[in-house]
Amino acid sequence: MIELTDVHKSFGKVEVLKGITASVEKGEVVCIVGPSGSGKSTILRCINGLESYDRGEISVEGLRVNRDAPSIVSIRTQVSMVFQRFNLFPHRTALENVVEGPLFVKQEPRAQALERGRALLAQVGLAEKADAHPPQLSGGQQQRVAIARALAMQPKAILFDEPTSALDPELVGDVLSVMRKLADDGMTMVVVTHEMGFARDVADRVLFIDGGVIVEQGPAKTVLNQPQHPRTQDFLRRVLHPL
Amino acid sequence: MQGFWRDTVEFFPILLNGVALTIIVTIGSLLLSTVLGLLWALMRVSGIGILSGISASVINVIRGIPIIVLLFYLYFVMPDLGVTLSALQAAILGLGIAYSAYQAENFRAGIEAIDKGQIEAAQSIGMGWWLTMRRVVLPQAVRIVLPPYGNVMIMMLKDSSQASTITVAELALQGKLIASSTFKNTSVFTLVALMYLTMSIPLILLVRHFEKRAGKR
Repeated sequence: MIELTDVHKSFGKVEVLKGITASVEKGEVVCIVGPSGSGKSTILRCINGLESYDRGEISVEGLRVNRDAPSIVSIRTQVSMVFQRFNLFPHRTALENVVEGPLFVKQEPRAQALERGRALLAQVGLAEKADAHPPQLSGGQQQRVAIARALAMQPKAILFDEPTSALDPELVGDVLSVMRKLADDGMTMVVVTHEMGFARDVADRVLFIDGGVIVEQGPAKTVLNQPQHPRTQDFLRRVLHPL
Repeated sequence: MQGFWRDTVEFFPILLNGVALTIIVTIGSLLLSTVLGLLWALMRVSGIGILSGISASVINVIRGIPIIVLLFYLYFVMPDLGVTLSALQAAILGLGIAYSAYQAENFRAGIEAIDKGQIEAAQSIGMGWWLTMRRVVLPQAVRIVLPPYGNVMIMMLKDSSQASTITVAELALQGKLIASSTFKNTSVFTLVALMYLTMSIPLILLVRHFEKRAGKR
């Protein structure tokens, strides 16, 4: 469903992606792990055209990703994104955030969009917060609204860019359990995360990225429990046993 | 003092005619400068090289010309080019164009103060440039822009007096006409100053209100 072929990307002189080739099948949950600055987030941002790429090809459902072409709108409505810092619209209520895309991008009838918006808020456990503005919500609640906003586009896949990294530890669980439910329902997900427990339990596949290349990939349990490459072993040791 | 009250009763109605024109010039040029300023600002942040280049040049040209020269140009030179404007039209057009440069810089600062993440979030749900501006950026930028916008309103109210140089009989020119025919300079100009102040005070309070509201966030 999502195909990356030999994708290269530089910021100025720094090459952050040095030939990424990977694919994500429908219904699959793929976690991308690796040290900071390894290019994990850049991969996600290239998939929905928030970032351009220099070489290689990315396609979604056979459609080439080109952020300067009109087709990017159709790709973005098929592949939603959830950000590390939520990026909710602070001047709109939770419900308005959720229905913004359906109403103004997809031109859905108002009553229908609102009804589905409320249902989505209920799905992420925030039915009673529909009229709250983002600053009145905790980080975990904001991120769950952001997930509802992504779902409201009825996407074929959702990209999660370190969705729990900006949260207080006690709020991480709420967000992860919403994501786990999505995975159980068959949503295609690409998740950049440092939550190794989530990756092990929920992901079908894990990509370990370091220095702009995929160092190791495979079934989640294999990569995380019996990593083959020394860099993967070293990274996992540091993450799992920081002391 | 008694003389001042007598003069006030005599001159106040005439000066009120000037006040009416002052308000018309101020509101007219405020509206024009807002529309033009927004246009320059949107061109500037459009990401399209030609548009932002044009906008930057226009702003610099406008900023580099004194308002009074701009007014003279519109009122005295344009007729030679075949465009005849009434004094009032020229005044509104001139002040509106002159202030559009300041409005544009103010609007641009407001737009650029919006977090990049907001724009990315809008893009990620498929919004194009204009929808992102209209639904996400501008509504948030308004709150940032309002306090300086209020200050521009006060400056425009006072600078509307420059329309007197092209024969618009607004408050300042009415005052000057009465003073030069009655020689009651003290009474007349004190009255004129008080009338400008009276019109400014509500605007000053409005700015303070905007600032308090912006400070809350």
